[in-house]
Amino acid sequence: MTTRYELPNLSLDAPVNLSRRHFLVSTAVGALVIGFGLPLGSARVQAATAAERGTQVPAFLEIRPDGSVRLLSPFMEGGQGTHTAMAQIVGEELDADPATFIVEAAPPGEAYVVMENGMRITGGSMSVRMSYPTMRRLGALARAMLLQAGAEQLGVPVAELTTQPGRVVHAASGRSLGYGELAARALDMPVPDPASITLRDPSQFRWIGKPVKRLDAYDKSTGKAQYSIDLKVDGMLHAAVQHAPRLGMTVGSLRNQAQVEAMKGVHSVHTLPGAVAVVAERWWHAKRAVEAIQVDWQEPTADSKVRAMPADFSSDGFRDFLAAQQGPARDDENEGDVAAALAGAKTKVEATYHNQYLNHAQLEPPSALARFNPDGSLEIWLPNQAPDMFRADIARRAGLDPTQVTLHSPLLGGFFGRHFLYDSASPYPQAIVLAKAVGRPVKLIWSREEEFLRDVLRPVAVVKFRAALDDKGLPIAIEAVSATEGPTEAIAGKQGEKLDPTALEGLSGKAYAIPNKRIAQIYVKGPAMLGYWRSVGNSLNDFFYEAFLDELADKGGHDPFELRLHLLRDNPRLTTLLQAVGEQSGGWKRGPYTAEDGTRRARGVAMASPFGSHAAVIAEVSIDKGQVKVHQIWEAIDPGSIVNPAIIEAQVNGAVALGLSQTLLEEAVYVDGKPRARNYDLYPILPPSRMAQVHVRIVESGEKMGGIGEPPLPAVAPAVANAVAQLTGQRIRSLPLSRYTFS
Amino acid sequence: MELRINQKAYQVDADADTPLLWVIRDDLGLTGTKYGCGLAQCGACSVLVDGNVVRSCVTPVAGVVGREITTIEAIEADDVGKRVVAAWVEHQVAQCGYCQSGQVMAATALLKHNPAPSDAQIEAAMVNLCRCGTYNAIRTAVHDLAKQESA
Repeated sequence: MTTRYELPNLSLDAPVNLSRRHFLVSTAVGALVIGFGLPLGSARVQAATAAERGTQVPAFLEIRPDGSVRLLSPFMEGGQGTHTAMAQIVGEELDADPATFIVEAAPPGEAYVVMENGMRITGGSMSVRMSYPTMRRLGALARAMLLQAGAEQLGVPVAELTTQPGRVVHAASGRSLGYGELAARALDMPVPDPASITLRDPSQFRWIGKPVKRLDAYDKSTGKAQYSIDLKVDGMLHAAVQHAPRLGMTVGSLRNQAQVEAMKGVHSVHTLPGAVAVVAERWWHAKRAVEAIQVDWQEPTADSKVRAMPADFSSDGFRDFLAAQQGPARDDENEGDVAAALAGAKTKVEATYHNQYLNHAQLEPPSALARFNPDGSLEIWLPNQAPDMFRADIARRAGLDPTQVTLHSPLLGGFFGRHFLYDSASPYPQAIVLAKAVGRPVKLIWSREEEFLRDVLRPVAVVKFRAALDDKGLPIAIEAVSATEGPTEAIAGKQGEKLDPTALEGLSGKAYAIPNKRIAQIYVKGPAMLGYWRSVGNSLNDFFYEAFLDELADKGGHDPFELRLHLLRDNPRLTTLLQAVGEQSGGWKRGPYTAEDGTRRARGVAMASPFGSHAAVIAEVSIDKGQVKVHQIWEAIDPGSIVNPAIIEAQVNGAVALGLSQTLLEEAVYVDGKPRARNYDLYPILPPSRMAQVHVRIVESGEKMGGIGEPPLPAVAPAVANAVAQLTGQRIRSLPLSRYTFS
Repeated sequence: MELRINQKAYQVDADADTPLLWVIRDDLGLTGTKYGCGLAQCGACSVLVDGNVVRSCVTPVAGVVGREITTIEAIEADDVGKRVVAAWVEHQVAQCGYCQSGQVMAATALLKHNPAPSDAQIEAAMVNLCRCGTYNAIRTAVHDLAKQESA
């Protein structure tokens, strides 16, 4: 696995990467590598014990003669800023300015299993919060090794040494050595006992908690950042596919294979499971040719290994089917006695909610580059969130031992949950087959249209609510029964022994003090293949719950902000957060009112507690030519403690954008088993003109660190829906709002 | 045919109707210009042709012979482009970054034609899609550039 670093002269054989080339030129002689000698061992990732996690310093860090620090990150950068955060965290304890870091994704391997849950994936907003102490300790261990090396080189006791950013300093003699000068010696040092390490006092932090600039800002502003789709190796051919119109269909005959083979630039035509492919010298030729193939598609067979899409499937029809389901339901939460409270209640409220399927629609279309080396090993480049799982799957498909597979994980051109292991929704299985078949490296790109045809969908649910109000109009019982399939059980293909937490999160786990509650799922295995979408279950379930809560407030004659404060009266953390967003918006004001520009506006409030953090949102809306216009979003977020406030602000902005997109206009519609949209023309994503102004307030409660990428999203939809309901008098019980008519 | 790209001449062997995008990316290896949709919907493929922003995924290569094409790779050779890049870094615009080549090209084209655009002009010109939701950062960066010029 070290080949591409040890053989810079063979760079023509490696992907063209300007920044790495630059590095190779600038450090070709005498580069100290504290690293890369680490044998990877078995492909299976075994969680190290907590004490061992992240202690193999040489596997992570290389310090170059010029003092720059190369960090191999366990986590994938897809825009969420995790590489910069890792540089801040490690740099803080290493005593090296994060600006001197170059961060790249680490290969698969046990050394990089650093999360406290014993996993290594990038997802669930887990990267920083689940590796924070471990990555700090990693930096501190490396600093200790540099100090020890400094003591030997200077011939002084290590106790007399200290560090300043990038240097080991002997104050008594006024001598100092740069980390780059010491790294060669430090390489030979044993990693100290982790128990001997003292971490910095947080009051002394220079970089953690500060708005440190992203390390990738310049490369991403000048086209220098390289994604999977940009990579190239010597002798590489390009490939494009045409997928079966419905998943599960198989290739019958190709009616015009000879003509297609004769088209310009075509190398060869291939039949794959559920697809045909063309390999060509240029991708454009491959795409044109593959789209010209006339395929007799065969209906799925009974033994189809994928979730076969029926010819009569429609997303609206399936929603009606979900709504008709009566059970049985399995309880996730059941407290008090909901049935009795409902039976004895003065006022009962019932409502049915639903949401829509969504695509990921990340801007980078999927791609994979596969190369079989002369020794039979396989090298493969693809965007992914879980390198060990991907490598194991790649090895299985290629019939190789995982040690024969080198997986490279480039930057992701958009995250949003698209790059998890989805059996039918990734190009790499096809790329492997094609590279094997043609005996040359192949880069396969899915066109945008083929991506929309195979992307996994964010789940839908139909939720039936019932609630009881007491004689003061306060909720005393709430029941939510969701007919749905969660993404985790969809990927597994069956319901587990326990409920899929990704099905109900956001209905379950609400903090409001309602004494009787029941949250349950009716499991309905659907025909569409599902996946994780930013904020997962919370992306739909907090909309349902928080919009229904506003219905209860109105029915009981209470202001929705005041009702939430009341229901959170014993929860100081969330009370503080709700008050914070109220203050931030200039004081809670529901409206409707007339704004300075003459528009009638109203505000809505909602809260969510996903992925270990808590968020409160106030939205301000008006109706403009029958469409909802969201003017302002105020969002207060409490992730416990933070690493980079500037990146948090950016993530909140991004989550608001995606939250508005699913609220206002986004929807994956299926008719006759096929997606209506195959591109952004019929699948609109939020354009700049519909973005709101976003005001972010970070509340650091000091509680356990929570996530950042996903938590700001779920409260956006219900805050907007509640504002629209207040403005128009029309209840919003479904998304997107483009399905409604407002006057 | 001969193309003028980033002040250099390239001999290209491509069909007349091949989109400029794929000539730039695959024939010339300039991968900073991105493929997003192929339908002129997203703007990730934006380049400058004689100083005007063009969506290269739907621009036949034959149509740009004899014109001056600028891609993101040469953007800092342009004074305005250099300022745009600096503003993008200063305002920390990029998240995943995939659309940002196109965003920088669109902003550069706007400011080259109109150094101090109004809010409405900025809104009309900056229409490329960004799935990460960097729109507010983009707006701030372009406003900042427009303000520098009008000050």
